[in-house]
Amino acid sequence: MTDNRAHHGTATGQVLSIHVTVNGHAHDVLIEPYLTLIELIRDRLGLTGTKKSCDMQVCGACTVLLNGRPVSACTMLAFEARHASLLTIEGLAQGEALHPIQEAFIEHGGLQCGFCTPGMILAAKALLEENPAPTEEEVKHYMRGNLCRCTGYKRILESIMVAARRLAQTHNPGVLET
Amino acid sequence: MLPPFALEEPTSVHEALALRARYGETACLYAGGTELLLTMKEGLLRYERLINIKLIPELAGMALEDGALHIGAITTHRMLERSPVVQRHFPTVAEMAAHVANVRVREVGTLGGNLCFAEPHADPGTLLLVYDASVALAQQGGTHTLALEQFFVGPFEVALADDEILTAIRVPALPAHTAAVYLKYGLLERPSVGVAVAVTALPDQVQEVRIAVGCVGPTPRRLRDVEGLLSQKELPEVRATLDAAGALAGSAADAVTDLHGSAEYKAYLVGVLLRRAFERAYQQAIRGDVGDTARGRGTA
Repeated sequence: MTDNRAHHGTATGQVLSIHVTVNGHAHDVLIEPYLTLIELIRDRLGLTGTKKSCDMQVCGACTVLLNGRPVSACTMLAFEARHASLLTIEGLAQGEALHPIQEAFIEHGGLQCGFCTPGMILAAKALLEENPAPTEEEVKHYMRGNLCRCTGYKRILESIMVAARRLAQTHNPGVLET
Repeated sequence: MLPPFALEEPTSVHEALALRARYGETACLYAGGTELLLTMKEGLLRYERLINIKLIPELAGMALEDGALHIGAITTHRMLERSPVVQRHFPTVAEMAAHVANVRVREVGTLGGNLCFAEPHADPGTLLLVYDASVALAQQGGTHTLALEQFFVGPFEVALADDEILTAIRVPALPAHTAAVYLKYGLLERPSVGVAVAVTALPDQVQEVRIAVGCVGPTPRRLRDVEGLLSQKELPEVRATLDAAGALAGSAADAVTDLHGSAEYKAYLVGVLLRRAFERAYQQAIRGDVGDTARGRGTA
């Protein structure tokens, strides 16, 4: 999807042309320098799985992965995604096959209303890529900036621990899941 | 929604300084944006243009120079946290960085930006004060260094002129037999109280104590009067003085009443954290262990 709308009438008139890969698809978009990443994702690209909640980098609902690193789309300028690979929750499943983290959240009840879940799952993905076998304490520390007002976190923690073991097993089939 | 602004993207300090000189206070330096963009979204600050300094190679990177840690201004908290060099030689700095805000802020927020923004409820400035850290400030005539202690002027106010750029932070190594500890406490997103203590000691002999307090007052500050009470003393005497030192630290910290708590409450917590931090730093100093010492609730 390419946004070729011209943007007139801004205070500066400055328009930036950026190239960004979103969930594996290349996009060339024209953006204002003050456009936020979440506005690009939701309003221009129509990917509404990324949620906006606190709008101040506290809650984690807008977590997306920029070159694999978790960022708050609400408080990041969209141009920072130029030449980068952006992953939103829509890009995680392979067709109908859910990602192991998504499966673990469903099986272990790691969500209720689901509003925090895209951010939770993407943050968990970044964590497990950096640290494939985290302790519970390490998961809690990494995930402390992703807030859930429904579940009380226990099931989210369980989901992530289970996903970690499954992913490790996928990578090392000789290791038995415990 | 952010109010409209234009973007400048210099690729050298020289170019950035020219933009600073040209646009003055109508422009703002922009690195991670974790503080600046929030404030602009709220309409509290408005700039005609932002100068993105992240494309300037001279501002990037970390290195040991004669034992001191040179940190380029655009180094993120996450880089500090994960750097093997910082973990090995400045473990308390790495540990402090690992507890700044949340992982998304740490991925994006920079040390230079954190210091320049001077939000009082922050961790790095307080800890770096006990290392006698300094900042390198570039202007068109050249670069000068300023002690971090002099850099902090007030809440959201630092000694950085409109035509200057903070290019790097220098963190000297601690003296031999010294350990630093940073403790913080808070119930909100940002820390309410932060206390840093560096203790130089041999068993039962306390040679030097450095103390800095942050979050509770207008700026992080060194508490030299309190340091004097505890330095060059035998351990039992230091321990007997700790309550009085904690009380003095609480009042010297210039605590203010705000959403984080009353001034009285914060002054009390300063004393509590000072006593705890002293004990930990002393134990680590006499063991020759300078590791893993920034702990506590609350973030920056």
